[in-house]
Amino acid sequence: MTDLKERAVPIDTTGDPAPPRFVLPGWITSTVKHAALILFALVMLYPVIWMVVSSLRPNNEIFRSPGLVLDSLQVSNYSTGWNALAEPFGHYMLNSALVVLGCIVGNLVSCSMAAYAFARLEFSGKKWWFAIMLMTIMLPIHVLIVPQYIIFSNLGWVNTFLPLIVPKLLATDAFFVFLMVQFIRGLPRELDEAARIDGAGHPRIFLQVILPLMLPALATTTIFTFIWTWNDFFSQLIYLTDPQMYTVPVALRSFVDATVATSWGSMFAMSVVSLLPIFLAFLVGQRYLIKGIATTGIK
Amino acid sequence: MSALGELQRLGTSKGGPPRKRDNKAAFLFLLPWFAGLLLITAGPIVASLALSFTDYNLIQPPEFNGLDNINRMFSDERLHRSLGVTFIYVFVSVPLQLIAALGLAILLDRGLRGLAFYRSAFYLPSLLGSSVAIAVLWRQIFGAEGLLNQILGIFGIAGKGWISDPDTALSTLIVLNVWTFGAPMVIFLAGLRQIPVMYYEAASVDGASRWTQFRKITVPLLSPIIFFNLVLQIIHAFQSFTQAFVVSGGTGGPSDSTLFYTLYLYERGFSRFDMGYASALAWLLLIIIAGFTAINFWAAKRWVFYDD
Repeated sequence: MTDLKERAVPIDTTGDPAPPRFVLPGWITSTVKHAALILFALVMLYPVIWMVVSSLRPNNEIFRSPGLVLDSLQVSNYSTGWNALAEPFGHYMLNSALVVLGCIVGNLVSCSMAAYAFARLEFSGKKWWFAIMLMTIMLPIHVLIVPQYIIFSNLGWVNTFLPLIVPKLLATDAFFVFLMVQFIRGLPRELDEAARIDGAGHPRIFLQVILPLMLPALATTTIFTFIWTWNDFFSQLIYLTDPQMYTVPVALRSFVDATVATSWGSMFAMSVVSLLPIFLAFLVGQRYLIKGIATTGIK
Repeated sequence: MSALGELQRLGTSKGGPPRKRDNKAAFLFLLPWFAGLLLITAGPIVASLALSFTDYNLIQPPEFNGLDNINRMFSDERLHRSLGVTFIYVFVSVPLQLIAALGLAILLDRGLRGLAFYRSAFYLPSLLGSSVAIAVLWRQIFGAEGLLNQILGIFGIAGKGWISDPDTALSTLIVLNVWTFGAPMVIFLAGLRQIPVMYYEAASVDGASRWTQFRKITVPLLSPIIFFNLVLQIIHAFQSFTQAFVVSGGTGGPSDSTLFYTLYLYERGFSRFDMGYASALAWLLLIIIAGFTAINFWAAKRWVFYDD
């Protein structure tokens, strides 16, 4: 705080005193501000809203209608798009759901265990291991993907969901370990002490005291894992080359390349379908998302 | 405190009084993490360093070829092209994105009615932005007959195929990255809330203008968060893949104008199965990212201000 006094508070007031300014009444500035913000929000979201509307238009109209008014409701894009690939789109949704589920379970179990050790236990070299863990948060997957691919292809795991799920079981999403460490540090240690006096060992303290108290952190982890895995394209593109195993992003991309510019309506329709789970997760879990990135700060 | 803050502090912390060590329990709790470090993160990094000096196509065993891959990098014009494209993308889109994030965060700060609504509206694109679906949408919007040209047409402006023109294709991807300013904005909002109101009140009493207050109070006190966002968004932008891949149909075209580094890496490794060279490329990416992160940390000493 002493530093602050030196650096932030001495405000430069050596210039001439400011001339008296004409000040607009508060309600006018606030109305202008709100109007500008609403307009900006509309511009930001317009493309997405337009895509939803366009998915309900006949193909030839999509390229003629920049507006949002629908003359007629064309649901057929959805049925065409749903059945445009080798399997109905639901098949790819199910594949994605399986991968997402595996990743969520993996992250919840492995990251919470690692976080408990970093937050509550003392052990040799803790500082170094913790530093390594923090650094792996920033490690790009592209650096690891070649040797990982070699390992997984030797195990015969290409075209299975294992290369996507197993790393999560091994706490490689260090971001969540960090998020949970932060959360556990905020829990009162008296609770652990009380349990220890009652004769509980670390497994019991972890399972019966800490885990139930860290539900908000687990919820944040769940929702981020859901959204990131659902959107993840790079690793799914690399590991899933058999159309039977395609997840939503890979299927959608093969759809784009197959149809070129002929059926934007059905492509938009399936794009909307693919974004729907993200949007629902956003509605349900907004609180956790905002808190999660506000406290630890990663997209 | 952010992950970066922790990392910066770890080097200087003195550590508390020694406490009872619990190596066995810690090892058990960390077992999955240790296995992941060995098999999924640290192990593969070392392995790809070794593979960088080989010729390997997944079928025949890797063959040591000395510095061939590195020599090849110097003469690989597509690699140079992809580095140029990636640098432009990172160093144009990240500052724009952060300026938008900070500007909006300041507009939304403190007691604004409807804050939660605006925050959600601006944050949503960050969640959608990395999806294939939005990349598909971008391909339509910036196509020759896409949404943008339809809207320009209303004002009598003749558009063009923004994505098919090598001069503008990369800009459409920069726009897409700036569009996702919501996540850093939320982080800025949380940071702004930590600045005590009394500093502004005191400054107002002394007659400081809004601009002076911004420069002398907001920027110094927010600088750790600006730094955090800068480091992470740079790292993040270097890794962009999906949008360029889908928008260019997997080619990085037209004329390699959207050939992101990661696209080139993917092409070498997973279309051509040129795994030795791809490993060397992966290591170069690691060195570049680590280098820029180190420069950021070094520069931080000059402008990032810690309050304690």
